[in-house]
Amino acid sequence: MILVYLISILFVGGLVAWLSERVDPNYPRIVALATVLIDLVVMISLLGVDPSSGGWVASVNADWIPRFGISFYFAADGLSLLLILLTGFLGVIAVGSAWDDIHEKTGFFYFNLLWTLAGVIGVFTALDLFLFFFFWEVMLIPMYFIIAIWGHENKNYAAMKFFIFTQVTGMLMLVSIIMLGYLHFLQMGMFSFNYHDLMKVEASGTIEYLMMLGFFVAFTTKLPSVPFHSWLPDAHSQAPTAGSVILAGILLKTGAYGLIRFAVPLFPESSLDFSPIAMGLAAFSILYCAKVAFAQTDIKRLIAYTSVSHMGFVTLGVYAWNELALQGAVMTMLAHGLSAAALFMLAGGLQHRIHTRNMQHMGGFWGKVPKMAVVAIFFSVAALGMPGLGNFIGEFLALLGAFQSNILFTVIAAFGLILASVYSLWVIQQVFQGEYKADKFEDSHLLDLNRREMIYFGAMMIGLIWMGMYPQSFLNLSEPVLIELLNNTQAVTAAVVRN
Amino acid sequence: MTITLADLVPLMPLLITTLTVVIAMIAVGVKRHYASVAGITIIGLLFAAISSLLLMPAANYQVTPLLIIDEYTLFFTIITCCSAVSIAILSYQYLSDLDDYKEEYFLLLGLATIGAIIMVSSNHYVSAILGIETLSMSLYGMVAYPSHSDKSRRWSLEAAVKYLVLSAAASGFMLFGIALIYAQTGSLSFSSVLDNGGTLGLGEDFSATALTLLFIGAAFKLSLAPFHMWTPDVYEGSPLPATTYLATIGKVAMFVVLLRLIESTNALAFQSVFIMIYFIAVLSILLGNLLALLQSNLKRILAYSSISHMGYLLIALLAGFETSGLISIEAITFYLVAYMIMSIGAFGVASIVSSSSNEFDSVDDYTGLFWRNPILAAIFTGMLLSLAGIPLTVGFIGKFYIFFAGVESELWVLLVALIIGSGIGLYYYLRVVYRMVLPQEQKNSFEFSIEKNYSSSAILLLLFALLIILGVYPTPLVSVIERVSSYIL
Repeated sequence: MILVYLISILFVGGLVAWLSERVDPNYPRIVALATVLIDLVVMISLLGVDPSSGGWVASVNADWIPRFGISFYFAADGLSLLLILLTGFLGVIAVGSAWDDIHEKTGFFYFNLLWTLAGVIGVFTALDLFLFFFFWEVMLIPMYFIIAIWGHENKNYAAMKFFIFTQVTGMLMLVSIIMLGYLHFLQMGMFSFNYHDLMKVEASGTIEYLMMLGFFVAFTTKLPSVPFHSWLPDAHSQAPTAGSVILAGILLKTGAYGLIRFAVPLFPESSLDFSPIAMGLAAFSILYCAKVAFAQTDIKRLIAYTSVSHMGFVTLGVYAWNELALQGAVMTMLAHGLSAAALFMLAGGLQHRIHTRNMQHMGGFWGKVPKMAVVAIFFSVAALGMPGLGNFIGEFLALLGAFQSNILFTVIAAFGLILASVYSLWVIQQVFQGEYKADKFEDSHLLDLNRREMIYFGAMMIGLIWMGMYPQSFLNLSEPVLIELLNNTQAVTAAVVRN
Repeated sequence: MTITLADLVPLMPLLITTLTVVIAMIAVGVKRHYASVAGITIIGLLFAAISSLLLMPAANYQVTPLLIIDEYTLFFTIITCCSAVSIAILSYQYLSDLDDYKEEYFLLLGLATIGAIIMVSSNHYVSAILGIETLSMSLYGMVAYPSHSDKSRRWSLEAAVKYLVLSAAASGFMLFGIALIYAQTGSLSFSSVLDNGGTLGLGEDFSATALTLLFIGAAFKLSLAPFHMWTPDVYEGSPLPATTYLATIGKVAMFVVLLRLIESTNALAFQSVFIMIYFIAVLSILLGNLLALLQSNLKRILAYSSISHMGYLLIALLAGFETSGLISIEAITFYLVAYMIMSIGAFGVASIVSSSSNEFDSVDDYTGLFWRNPILAAIFTGMLLSLAGIPLTVGFIGKFYIFFAGVESELWVLLVALIIGSGIGLYYYLRVVYRMVLPQEQKNSFEFSIEKNYSSSAILLLLFALLIILGVYPTPLVSVIERVSSYIL
């Protein structure tokens, strides 16, 4: 039941936050902070639970729409747990980053924020595919509102693009899900959308391949990967800071989670066939988006493209489908969640202070805002994969694992690390070094980070250092899950390889 | 053929509705009193709905060859009566400032409902035509109702004439089709036109032609592309409650007739008919959604979107032929109910802020509604997202049903059209939603307060509650529909 509480606390908290605005416009943020903190405490309490035989620490299963064998089936294992902890942690950070940023319609803002988080936790824990799809779509609407209402100059376009991209590709996945459910009916005599039941469904080559593509397209749109990435730079550059934090930190991870949990395990054979293409796309995505990032002048767009580039390592790791690579993918998801969220918060903080995102107007900020500069250097260096920080562990493991599977694309992808240093340092150079251009913007609000901001960034720094120095504490949680997934698919893939 | 007293019991809903209209007419004759005529109509329709509910358990009566009163009929009688009640309540407030006699409107509304009830109970061509004509005749009156008013919109007469001409054309097509079928089978009840032993009537082409003509007649009424030209103009010109009636009960009743017709005649066994419906489905989905993109008038947007929704329904209709299961009929039934809820809701929001002298049907009028009136805006957003098929709403479950029916029958091309159509659809639904969240501009727009419109607000809240509850926990409705759908086959 604890998983249902996790989700319903957020839903209810969202409603309370909305209503509390009538009393005082400052109440919603307090309600929201309290809600995510309570949720975080509940999540942490899950860490103490001993997993059951299948590795599940918590699960709920009840009939929902029996006509189609749809059940209300939530369960969390180590992998889900890591991701919902990330969600809770970044939820707190997102509320913090919105604290002084959002002044208008605060009630509705925090309502949307909390409902997005609720949708994401639903995605990370749903094990009935219909339920999963349900939450997959539920998280879109509040996110649409966050971008469309509190976004910047071109918000309508960005919000619409975000929504249509994810919705349309989501429908392809829906068709695949229904196809799986129907095949289950044909083979077992009853409808089911239960994850474990659908694993047993057997499909002929072409149909399995098409169903796999339906999932792949939906997940790589969310991830995103070339060629479905073009919504992300728009959404990020227009979203308010808290929106970017959630989008980059958590929402993108739902795509990666989907690949690991559903796309490959449900369709092991065709995923194996498809893996060279997926890995090729990943390598291309890494290099191409790194290159495109370098050409941006809008600091948020730049970070958005680097996100796409880093997510390429996740795709690479997932489709290599061995333990090392998967561990790398999971670590990259967690570490990138923190580093990208922090970078977007920095960019948002800059925009809040000087009302521009154009890097050509910036420069020489080191003298003005030294604390911010140091924080920015830390997270840029983290993003480019400095040993000792989380991102390095993730990308290193992903490359190490992928090398066993596909040498060519791994070698190509590894060049991404070099480009990452180029654009990361380029940002620092553009913004914090060089000549101070006082005439380009109004700098009376260019103040250094305040104590509250330092607390958030400090917490994220500790997280990244922890991941970099002692990754085993995270790997231990995800390891049994990944081994289980590998075992489930091994029999099938081994048979294919032998033939 | 004699009608016994026992036959009258299953006809209770129909008789009560008829009686309601008669009483209301006498009441108008005795003394013109707006509220009491509206009250009589609403209460009578509610009684009709309750009597259908009481009759429902295991009902399966053939009353004369003309009417079939089974659970499916009664299910849709309830839906029709409840929708008519909602529309009557919305109309009451909308028409209250009309500078003309307004009592007769409720007589027309009651008469139209009689037509709709006959339509959902018909499995005979005569009763089908009778129902269709009763419904349409009353609708002409409802569409043209404010045409004598000085303050009112100018186009209601134009809309009524347009609807009259095209309805007459549609009836012409249908009657010709019926005549050909009669020549073929020698019977006017819905029965198979399949050529069993090779001896039936005048041959296969003859049947296919007859069915094509029948379907074209129905397609006019359902405004399926390419027979949709009248829809946006009539929707725009009619007073809002009449548009609501036309768009919801008018179409749902027609679809039930079409469903029974297609199922009992085995029409889809003719490849030419199947292909024709296939193309009409694709065309309706794509054209309806594409044309809606260009509109700035809410009624026209909903008109074009209704074209595409009828296209979605055809997918399930075609799916019924490919697989023998009940899923496709359940899909149609569920989607019709969902469509009823969300369409009345969407039109209802527009009619609650409008009145017969001043309609707010431009998308611009709703700018900033979220900050002026959050509850109304939330209801409207819910209805639009449901029309777009987003989860948490009943529209999503409906779309899931359609997808399921399509996948089961492997109608891949139609599903691709459905996905593309829904993608385009999102754009214009979200455009309206986006308007509502924009900051409010200083301009003349409607004033709205719940105090003035308790009854209409209650209806909207009820529809919104249904939209969300059935979207989150549809199981009760799903099991009812599963049961009633078995009566169709």
